[in-house]
Amino acid sequence: MSNEAVSAAATFDLGKLHGGLRLPGEKEQSTSRSIQVVPVPAQLVLPLTQHSGNSAQPIVGIGEKVLKGQLIADSDGVLSAPVHAPSSGKVVAIEPWPVSRRYGDPAPCIIVECDGLDEAVELAEPIVAYESLPPDTLLQKILQGGIVGLGGAVFPTAQKLMQASTLPLEYLLLNGVECEPYISCDDMLLREQPLEVLKGAQVLMYALGIEKCYVAVESDKPEALHKAADMLAELKDERIVLKPVPTIYPSGGEDQLVQLITNREVPSGGLPTDVGCLVQNVGTAAAVYRWICEGEPLISRVTTVTGDGVAMPMNVLARIGTTVADIVAFAGGYTDRAKQLIIGGQMMGKSVTTDRVPVVKATNCILVMSHVAPPLDERPCIRCGECAVVCPVVLQPQELFWFACADDEAKLREHALTDCIECGCCDLVCPSHIALMASFRQAKARIRELADEKARAERARRRFEARTLRREIEEQKRDEELAEQKRAAITAGPKEIQKMVERSKQRKRSVGRTKKDPGTDRGA
Amino acid sequence: MWISIATAVVTITGIALAAGLVLGFISRRLPGNSGDLVERVNELLPQTQCAQCGYPGCRPYAAAIVDDGAPINLCPPGGDETARRLAALLDREPLPVAESASPASCVAVIDESLCIGCSWCRDACPVDAITGAHHFMHTVIASECTGCELCVARCPVDCIAMAAAR
Repeated sequence: MSNEAVSAAATFDLGKLHGGLRLPGEKEQSTSRSIQVVPVPAQLVLPLTQHSGNSAQPIVGIGEKVLKGQLIADSDGVLSAPVHAPSSGKVVAIEPWPVSRRYGDPAPCIIVECDGLDEAVELAEPIVAYESLPPDTLLQKILQGGIVGLGGAVFPTAQKLMQASTLPLEYLLLNGVECEPYISCDDMLLREQPLEVLKGAQVLMYALGIEKCYVAVESDKPEALHKAADMLAELKDERIVLKPVPTIYPSGGEDQLVQLITNREVPSGGLPTDVGCLVQNVGTAAAVYRWICEGEPLISRVTTVTGDGVAMPMNVLARIGTTVADIVAFAGGYTDRAKQLIIGGQMMGKSVTTDRVPVVKATNCILVMSHVAPPLDERPCIRCGECAVVCPVVLQPQELFWFACADDEAKLREHALTDCIECGCCDLVCPSHIALMASFRQAKARIRELADEKARAERARRRFEARTLRREIEEQKRDEELAEQKRAAITAGPKEIQKMVERSKQRKRSVGRTKKDPGTDRGA
Repeated sequence: MWISIATAVVTITGIALAAGLVLGFISRRLPGNSGDLVERVNELLPQTQCAQCGYPGCRPYAAAIVDDGAPINLCPPGGDETARRLAALLDREPLPVAESASPASCVAVIDESLCIGCSWCRDACPVDAITGAHHFMHTVIASECTGCELCVARCPVDCIAMAAAR
């Protein structure tokens, strides 16, 4: 049965991905055990910004008792996601704490001391079958669940869905492609909880009125493919199709996946929705299912603890806010060789300075490496073009590198630096060991800064011009009024003028009197 | 043979003369693109509207550069960078800016407890970034303030100071 389902999803109709690399998987170490549940720690650290967009606003005070699933920081209503308490306990502080998003530098966090009871809060509204809700209400409900994209970009899911719901959509793509080495949390999720993922897909399809869903999984994950196929056969939902895709880094990038599955190219500066596709991570779909159908907001996630610096590499289900130190201790602690701690994958992850950082919604992998790659000496570019061959976005990294060195903003834009997905393929293949990705990251920040400055100058220019115009009009009006008065005086004759002078003198005297009176001076 | 050479020389000279006449005529009769150039110069200026150049704003200064040949190094907020870009655009010698650039990204802040509501600062602001009715407290809209400092000198009670933006 399962074999049939896998083969039913033909792979010969895949689109072509430019470039990319075949990297060693390094995933066997962490997939030999099933997902282990990390016990609730004594203390949870919950950063206010666990998503892209604006920081959430705390709505609890210090000393307040909170229950599992209770809302403790609300979204700002523009682009943000709320934060919920992952377990019951007491809020002991709201203070800066090291976070992985800032490479181990502190950012505002709510710190909850757990009471160990793990008492859940009562739901504000009872769970109802999602089919009975209108799609708009369903989207509003997803917004309250604090769900963000769990693939790594952590864009608030509800806002992504709301933006997409206004556009014509054809396909929902569930992204189970973990192309980075070491990471295996989506693989394990599909192996152990395929039902939640697929039901989450059904909720998303209903909310957006999409009739076709592809679940993309790499072809080197046979177990996950089989489990998902079995579950699909049980669900009997013809709209969902499983798609094995080749294991090429970075085929799990949003735009790359759209290209692979639908053979449509996402336009430069555009989004997958421009070509009728919506991409969601499999973990996000499972989180949507748990919130909508079981009433549990996003308070825990599956994350991979791996690398040769960890005693027992594995996948764990941890509460959001558990510190990396607690999780590594759960996985048998560090080995003697542990040297470097990376949050995220080997290619795009962030190297952090301390293991006090908490697991957040974005943390898909905790990687402890035994060796720190020494920076190789950089040599001049020999224009071999290897980087252009592997670039999945079909950019010309060697050209971009020149323009980045020269700080030539116009040329960088012209050569579409802003489309760079920072995958790091060019870095890996460069025979001169040039740190291309780092210089592109810097150049992108500079472009953003210049654009901000330009927008500000443009606004100032418009305001200045509007003011100049207004003053001209005012002056013209005043001139006209004066001319009118002059004409009136001339036609009225000298007697009238005399009267006018008298009147004005009288007015001046009365003004002088009020000025002396302090009571009326600042009235009005 | 001489005849064919002479014919060629005469023909080509004739074409050159005719083309020269037509081009000369066109360049005199059609309007110049100085208005366009003023816009491009204006785009390079920082739009603080601070009037430190001696002209009442960035656009007037741009017009003066293009039409009256005003020096291109009179803009302290833009600094040497702007002078260099102007030199490249106008094909002139790049000159260092005489005055040192004031620290960028400052905004004016009104000490609201001292403000007497005279509204002088409001009239001085080139980008309408100060708001408040006559005889009432005034305040600066920080997001629109360009940091030109024109309001600071106008305040009769010295309640305006410059502060780092954000």
